[in-house]
Amino acid sequence: MRGVPLQNPYLPYPVRIDKITTETTDKNLKTFRFVFLNPEDEKKFAYTPGQFAELSVPGKGEIPIGIASSPTEKGFVAFTVNKVGLVTNYMHNMKEGEIMGIRGPLGNWYPWEEMEGKNIVIVGGGFAFTTLRSSIVYMIQPENRARFKDISVVYGARNPGLLLYRDELAEWEKRDDINMHITVDGTDDPDWKYNVGFVPAITEKKITSADNAIAIVCGPPIMIKFTQPVLEKLGFPPERIILSLEMRMKCGIGICGRCNIGDKYVCKDGPVFSLAKLKQMPGEY
Amino acid sequence: MTNKIFTKEEWTKALQGLSDSYKVFVPVKDGDFHTFKPMNATKAPDFDFQNTRLSARSLVYPQAERMFEYSLDENDPEANIIKETPKDYSPQAIVGIRPCDAHGFKIVKPNFDNKEYRDPWWIQHFESTVLVGLGCNQPCSTCFCASVGGGPFNKDVLDVLIYDLGANFMVSGLTEKGEAFLSKAQGGKAADDAAVKQAEALATEAAKKVKADVPTDKLKDKVINDLFAAPFWQDVGFACLNCGTCTYLCPTCWCFDIQDEVLGKQGDRIRNWDSCMFPLFTLHGSGHNPRDQKFQRVRQRFMHKLKYYVDKYQGGVQCSGCGRCVRYCPVNIDIRQVAELMNNY
Ligand SMILES: Cc1cc2nc3c(=O)[nH]c(=O)nc-3n(C[C@H](O)[C@H](O)[C@H](O)COP(=O)(O)OP(=O)(O)OC[C@H]3O[C@@H](n4cnc5c(N)ncnc54)[C@H](O)[C@@H]3O)c2cc1C
Ligand code: SF4
Ligand code: SF4
Ligand code: FES
Repeated sequence: MRGVPLQNPYLPYPVRIDKITTETTDKNLKTFRFVFLNPEDEKKFAYTPGQFAELSVPGKGEIPIGIASSPTEKGFVAFTVNKVGLVTNYMHNMKEGEIMGIRGPLGNWYPWEEMEGKNIVIVGGGFAFTTLRSSIVYMIQPENRARFKDISVVYGARNPGLLLYRDELAEWEKRDDINMHITVDGTDDPDWKYNVGFVPAITEKKITSADNAIAIVCGPPIMIKFTQPVLEKLGFPPERIILSLEMRMKCGIGICGRCNIGDKYVCKDGPVFSLAKLKQMPGEY
Repeated sequence: MTNKIFTKEEWTKALQGLSDSYKVFVPVKDGDFHTFKPMNATKAPDFDFQNTRLSARSLVYPQAERMFEYSLDENDPEANIIKETPKDYSPQAIVGIRPCDAHGFKIVKPNFDNKEYRDPWWIQHFESTVLVGLGCNQPCSTCFCASVGGGPFNKDVLDVLIYDLGANFMVSGLTEKGEAFLSKAQGGKAADDAAVKQAEALATEAAKKVKADVPTDKLKDKVINDLFAAPFWQDVGFACLNCGTCTYLCPTCWCFDIQDEVLGKQGDRIRNWDSCMFPLFTLHGSGHNPRDQKFQRVRQRFMHKLKYYVDKYQGGVQCSGCGRCVRYCPVNIDIRQVAELMNNY
């Protein structure tokens, strides 16, 4: 009974901010790269693309953020944070070298077993591209690439300056083992080389088949709403449309009662759900 | 099983003696209501009450609880490292807890202690607690413990059960923990057959008085989305003020918030009870709120207690029938009626 210490699932690992990158021209998105203060914690933080963590700022609080790095990238873990409220604003003013905490990995992940041997269609919008970046980096590693067939990516933002990971996007564009379809809602940049149009419309144009394919969709609610019928028209059954949800969270481990949709906790049973599963849950998200 | 008889004075004395080995909490009259307070020599326990206004939940799961602490002092080499707050888990006893409130701990246990995650604070507080229950001779009109798997003398979760025989208490040890507690109680004498018979008769009488017909039997067979879309939610929630009283008084509500508080260069991470009745509970940073309407929050409370929990744990409803939310709701929203609506839908 007592004497046997219980592992404390609320206790964050101490980390140091190793690198901060401003991602977007409006400066509202920054990527934070963390290094674990105790190297053995990195092993304990073994994660799978699609999972999230609680970023823990002493004196300010904790926020759930999707893991943007890939488990194939060693020595650090990275998150891209949008500036919206108390904790995120504070983080945007933090400096490299500062100490904070991360707690996780939390939640489920994209259905990697099911995805093996399939064509992968990734549809992302805005700053929800974070765990999709993790997934793409993971899949295109030489040791993983053969496990998946064609990889197609539709990724859009309002304008070119709001796209995340622009250097990497340009690199992926050059590769022949991944079909990139980058798009913006609009732009006045005469040199813009990629698509112009909303994500659902570009998806309809560029993705031609649902054969042996699985679609992963992450983005603002409005994008998800209009992408869903496009995918269904292409022939994706709801079991093969995978979504990642957001809810306000605190504990991240299914105890504080905050993030439920029906009898599921988004933090523990999600954040990844198939559309088929979501249809059996109340539409309260 | 030890059955002992104490006069009421002897029992109070015994509890004073037990205070050397346990933190003993007893019901004390405080204004118009009873509340659990640590035993002390000046204010005597008062076992003549219906139930405490607040359940005993906070003695295992404090309304505000320190989780972690940290230093924000840049000169401190350990600055910004989040550390566990030392805790006192020395044994405590809740004496006079009603069986419904003890049952509440059993209902919430799978939330705090399951295969995936174990809440160290709830578990250790709970394990260090002896539940010394007091049977209900006169259940109130709003109680319905017998409808939800309990009863006025339900022994399920208790370590000790007290029967109020008028001038005397009969005190029964039910578990090892309870027997250990009783073995340290000074005074009293072994109960004779007549006392045991009298106690059993009290329990039988009380069981007849308590409401046992709130229907919950068909809830498990319903489809979540059907109940969710039922037409009665607007009506059920119409008068609700979203005051949160029902959730704070309830022995089976467990939701909490986590906040950081800083004084000078020293910070604490604290968890506080929270309530699904408040719109902030689900408000995203973006401004989006999946439950921004009152009826949605009322629906969440009842769906959680009477359907989601039922499906998730397969062990009945998330309600011990204490009747507090019925008694204290300012607009008379009655979970018994809602259970009936849902069960018969
Ligand atoms: C699984 C998941 C993954 C996410 N991934 C990312 C990401 O990669 N990048 C990113 O920028 N944002 C992400 N978010 C949203 C992010 O958590 C919120 O924007 C953030 O919590 C806002 O915190 P704040 O303190 O700045 O805002 P405030 O509005 O001041 O919020 C106060 C507190 O409320 C809670 N909260 C508020 N909004 C949300 C929300 N939308 N989701 C969850 N909790 C919330 C947090 O506990 C927060 O500390 C994700 C959310 C979830 C649930
Ligand atoms: S829901 Fe109401 S009756 Fe049931 S345990 Fe909670 S306060 Fe008591
Ligand atoms: S006590 Fe009554 S009015 Fe207050 S939140 Fe609960 S149901 Fe609504
Ligand atoms: S965030 Fe606490 S239950 Fe999901």
